[in-house]
Amino acid sequence: MQQISKDYKKQKFDQVLPGGINEWPVVELSRNREAFIKEVAEESIRRIKAQNKSRDALIEEIETTVYREKLRIKRNPWAVDPPDEQKFLNSVKARLVDISNSDEEEEKNRILDQILSEFVIRYADEIAGNFKKSRYRMARSIVTFGFARLLNASRARGFWSIFSTQYTLQDKIHITGQVDQIRTLAKKGTIIMVPTHFSNLDSILIGWVINALGLPAFIYGAGLNLFNIKIFAYFMNSLGAYKVDRRKKNMLYLETLKTYSSMAIQKGCHSLFFPGGTRSRSGQIEKRLKLGLLSTAIEAQRINYQKGKRDELEKIFVVPVTLNYNFVLEAPSLIKQYLKLQGQERYYVENDEYSTSYKISAFLLKFFTKGSDISVSIGRAMDVLGNFVDDQGQSYDKSGRVIDTQEYFTHDGKIISSNPQREDEYTRMLSERIVEEYHKINKVFASHLVAFTAFVIFQRQFKKLDLYNLLRLPEEDLSIPYEEFKTAFESVLAKVHRMYNAGEIGVSPYLTGDVDKIINHGLKNVGMYHAKRPLIKTKRGDITTQDLNLLYYYHNRLSGYNLEKYV
Amino acid sequence: MSKELVGVIGAGSFGTAVSNILAKNVNVLLYARNPETFAEISKSRISAGQKLDDNVEVTNSLEDLPQQCNVLFPVIPSSSFKDMIKELAPHLRPYHMMIHGTKGLHLEYPEKRSHDFVLNKDCLFTMSELIRKETVVVRVGCMAGPNLASELSLGHPAATVIASPFTEVVAKGKSLLRSESFQVYGNSDLRGVELCGVLKNIIAIGSGILSGLGLGENSRGLLVSRGLVEMIYLGKALGGEISSFVGLAGIGDLVATTTSTNSRNYTLGHKIGKGATLDQALSEMDETAEGVNTIKIVKQLAESQGLKPLITDTLHKILFEDMTAEQGVNYLMRYQGNIDINFL
Repeated sequence: MQQISKDYKKQKFDQVLPGGINEWPVVELSRNREAFIKEVAEESIRRIKAQNKSRDALIEEIETTVYREKLRIKRNPWAVDPPDEQKFLNSVKARLVDISNSDEEEEKNRILDQILSEFVIRYADEIAGNFKKSRYRMARSIVTFGFARLLNASRARGFWSIFSTQYTLQDKIHITGQVDQIRTLAKKGTIIMVPTHFSNLDSILIGWVINALGLPAFIYGAGLNLFNIKIFAYFMNSLGAYKVDRRKKNMLYLETLKTYSSMAIQKGCHSLFFPGGTRSRSGQIEKRLKLGLLSTAIEAQRINYQKGKRDELEKIFVVPVTLNYNFVLEAPSLIKQYLKLQGQERYYVENDEYSTSYKISAFLLKFFTKGSDISVSIGRAMDVLGNFVDDQGQSYDKSGRVIDTQEYFTHDGKIISSNPQREDEYTRMLSERIVEEYHKINKVFASHLVAFTAFVIFQRQFKKLDLYNLLRLPEEDLSIPYEEFKTAFESVLAKVHRMYNAGEIGVSPYLTGDVDKIINHGLKNVGMYHAKRPLIKTKRGDITTQDLNLLYYYHNRLSGYNLEKYV
Repeated sequence: MSKELVGVIGAGSFGTAVSNILAKNVNVLLYARNPETFAEISKSRISAGQKLDDNVEVTNSLEDLPQQCNVLFPVIPSSSFKDMIKELAPHLRPYHMMIHGTKGLHLEYPEKRSHDFVLNKDCLFTMSELIRKETVVVRVGCMAGPNLASELSLGHPAATVIASPFTEVVAKGKSLLRSESFQVYGNSDLRGVELCGVLKNIIAIGSGILSGLGLGENSRGLLVSRGLVEMIYLGKALGGEISSFVGLAGIGDLVATTTSTNSRNYTLGHKIGKGATLDQALSEMDETAEGVNTIKIVKQLAESQGLKPLITDTLHKILFEDMTAEQGVNYLMRYQGNIDINFL
């Protein structure tokens, strides 16, 4: 495969830290895992107590936690859950009774502290990653070597080509954008990478990208559900994941999680959050981000300043990343869930299609043996307030004036104050900036554009129907004459190129040249492995769909750009 | 211990009144742009007809303010707000706090307009958004409410709302402004409160016209209540929260400005009701009536957004087209009355 565009970098990157793996903050962290957990637990307890000032409030908080945890165990148990959970909760309950029966103040406090500390340590221990450098090296070579073999075997001819080195993963996954900047900043500063989240594959993909760029391993929050699967658990543990359990919404857990993240960032661990919190169910780029973990970046920056870390290069840098796929394995069930949730808000049990190792292996095989490219766009680094930074870590405002980020945390430019409400507001501002950047660095694929165009035409054809009624139409009724489709497509395409020239969006190199070819490329790739294809050409040459929900899903990728009127 | 120094930008009647209120708690540095005004004020210690408190110092150099003060109160007409803020921007730092008292809007077209450009909400800036856009200052707020400058200067009891998403800005505004004759409330819906102050000026002009025509109190009651409904309708479409409109900055300010001859917008409307043209009325005014510009902006925006603000449209016809005030009233009265309240 030839280089398709000079924007697509296929090069080998050296490790940014020449001293090797032993210098990585994450290695340091895992070496002292026990001590770190203790540190996190102590800090979490301090914070929980600060928020529940009286003993009664604290007891109530714990009672709520016990109640919710019991409910969770009953309703939604997972394989990764520790077997002694029930026993632990019962013992807490018993001890809470002891407290209410006891007359001695000191005794009450002692029991309560004991319960709180047991809770928090359990949580911290569950959350904490288990990075092992030997395993990291191994996983890294399995991923790189294994995938490369698969690629070569499928693309080249003949059995022996399995040993060929003609293709590597970088032919499959194109990394574009601010690659040099992130490498420079990662040497001294702390990177918070915030990618969009469409597929469970993202976690592994991004792990590979980080390694391919020569960056030290990042710690990242991965859904605990993924650890249900042995093979995922293995990879993710070795790649530096810590665990986030979305089922646990109690305050004790959330506070411990945030403390863990904040303290790891303070220690200089590069971190990765999927700030959407969960995979985008609609297929849209995330519009609203979860603020919990994001706020830890701002908090950690403030604490670092309070500790006197003033070197610009030692700052915390937020780097938005978009992952662009032609095909999302989970799309059918994601969009179904989305429509269900939109239709009527209700509790539903999280289950997912990555439920067995077999399914994953089958998918990976498909993915690597057939040609569906993925692109990863690395955005420009920002400080925690969303101002762009240069390669020296210096922040600039929109007019190019230098900004001292520390001053956002002061009233007079000197004394740094901690103000949670202020930081909440900063978090919201940062999340808006991240969403803005997502839209700019998002890459339009031919497949997204055909899906978008076709769905908008269908909406036009059935103007009177709302979304739900439209989606209920039988697919046989839907068809667009090719010429009509092409005219509409050309018009949107022209607008997308204008937006690209204005720096408002990215485009895939396949989006230039002959329009028929672009359309064909798009049709071929959009949701290519689904049993029912979102978009196909009939024998007569018309455009039609086999699954309107899926078409809607892939169409959503380009919603929010006001492109509808160009169709 | 030396008192904190707080900056006020704009030595108009409201800027002066704000300075004097602040001066009860802190030292104030008041900026007057015009060199002659500055010389005049320095000599006479009288600004916009008000005696300056001893704690107020006057300056003619804009950059003195950000250099010496951490909190700034810009109180200038919206038409010169952008120029001022751009001049100020290089001297501003992220630690500055700004609480403005300007009840106007700014409309800005993108630099490059494509052929299919339509005016939309993104082109509309409240003053706090202008500050956010042009400077590094993030901790921004506004003060709004029934604050007729002439009454404030007499020390009559009054209150204001400080709105900001940052509680520290609200708290700071409170501690700076609060005195025995001045109450300060807080609100986190910055955009909503700004819109209250902006949109009520439209209704104030309408109320002035009614009084100029001598149409009495029933008609005013009608205008004020339908006016509030229109404010809420527009305010919601432009991103404010309904609750702010029934607060001090909404209904409180609306009542004050639609009844007081001390209100600039009301006075302007009154002249027009008496038969003056817009140009004549404007030439008789000392200070800006923000409502005129607001009507223009809201009209443009409403057209491109498919909004139908009845009162604003009619006032636009009276001010800028060839409808007379009487015709305007007739037109409104013939209009089919709708449901009284449909937003709660």
